[in-house]
Amino acid sequence: MALELPENVVVSQLDQLASWCRKNSLWPMPFATACCGIELMATGASRHDLARFGAEVMRFSPRQCDLMIVAGRVVMKMLPVLQRIWEQMHEPKWCISMGACASTGGVFDTYCVVQGIDRFIPVDMYVPGCPPRPEQLIQAIIDLQDQIQRGGTIRGAEFETAQRQRTKRALIELPIIGQPQPWQSFATGPRPARSTP
Amino acid sequence: MTLPAYVTQVQSAHPGVEASEFRGQTRLKVAPDRLFELLSALRNDHGFDMLADVTCVDYLTYRGATDRFGLVYVLVGTQTNERCIVRTYLNEPDLTVQSAVPLWKGADWLEREVWDMFGIRFRGHPDLRRILLPEEFTAHPLRKDYPLQGRGERHNFPVLTRSNS
Repeated sequence: MALELPENVVVSQLDQLASWCRKNSLWPMPFATACCGIELMATGASRHDLARFGAEVMRFSPRQCDLMIVAGRVVMKMLPVLQRIWEQMHEPKWCISMGACASTGGVFDTYCVVQGIDRFIPVDMYVPGCPPRPEQLIQAIIDLQDQIQRGGTIRGAEFETAQRQRTKRALIELPIIGQPQPWQSFATGPRPARSTP
Repeated sequence: MTLPAYVTQVQSAHPGVEASEFRGQTRLKVAPDRLFELLSALRNDHGFDMLADVTCVDYLTYRGATDRFGLVYVLVGTQTNERCIVRTYLNEPDLTVQSAVPLWKGADWLEREVWDMFGIRFRGHPDLRRILLPEEFTAHPLRKDYPLQGRGERHNFPVLTRSNS
């Protein structure tokens, strides 16, 4: 026999309530290293007004944040900082890779620019563009809110499922620090023969 | 345009110095082991009291080049408003010159950058460490034989996944 519910009462799961709270109060950690950071500031400013989606509380302390927005290129000296900040953020936490440089390295295919932060930290949402418009970043946050609502559990068990841990391509055969690499012998080896003009 | 007057004085005092002129710029070419004494003569006797730049060129695939590295010192005389470009050429395996830090303190970071990017060693430099790249970087990336693509040092980092972060 069906239970009679009084007016204005909705039955739900506690998981869904927690996800609803989390998705509407995302606190971004602005990791802005380049021109995407300007668009990130514009997104938070009054014209585009990220506060409409509950994600306007930019905090520069990682322990208060649960959404890292990596805006801009990340170089070799910055990546340990990025990883340390990511580790300092507490669960549940999400990451948006904003712009071409953070996602793939962009045009900066040089010796020191990391070719996509998803090689070293987990990324939930990619925003294309160089730099992306604020509308694109807002759309990414809305999509991330949908993802949080659909997959979120109160214990954060979704972070331990196999689907979230899929390893990115090209990570398996990464070289090990300290071992001699092919390009090292190449850089210090004998000089290649000069082609005659 | 003819060469300025100090060039003939320098050439008589330091045999082996070649002088040339290109679009109003005075250029002196010197052997690497005579570089320091030429620089100190230019600074002490001819009024070049400022070091504007130290840089390097890798002539590995340059057409018609006979030497591998060209080391370039750009000197400025702040009283005479003259510029002098001193060049020397280096070949492997002896990529060492005398440091110019005793003459100009500003050579410190400039020579560290040349060491960082090209691997030229400066004898007598007080603190020859990498200046731009991280310490664990092993190569000198502005050399022409450094690969333009591939994985490289930029990917030697631990991978954080959802389960371990």
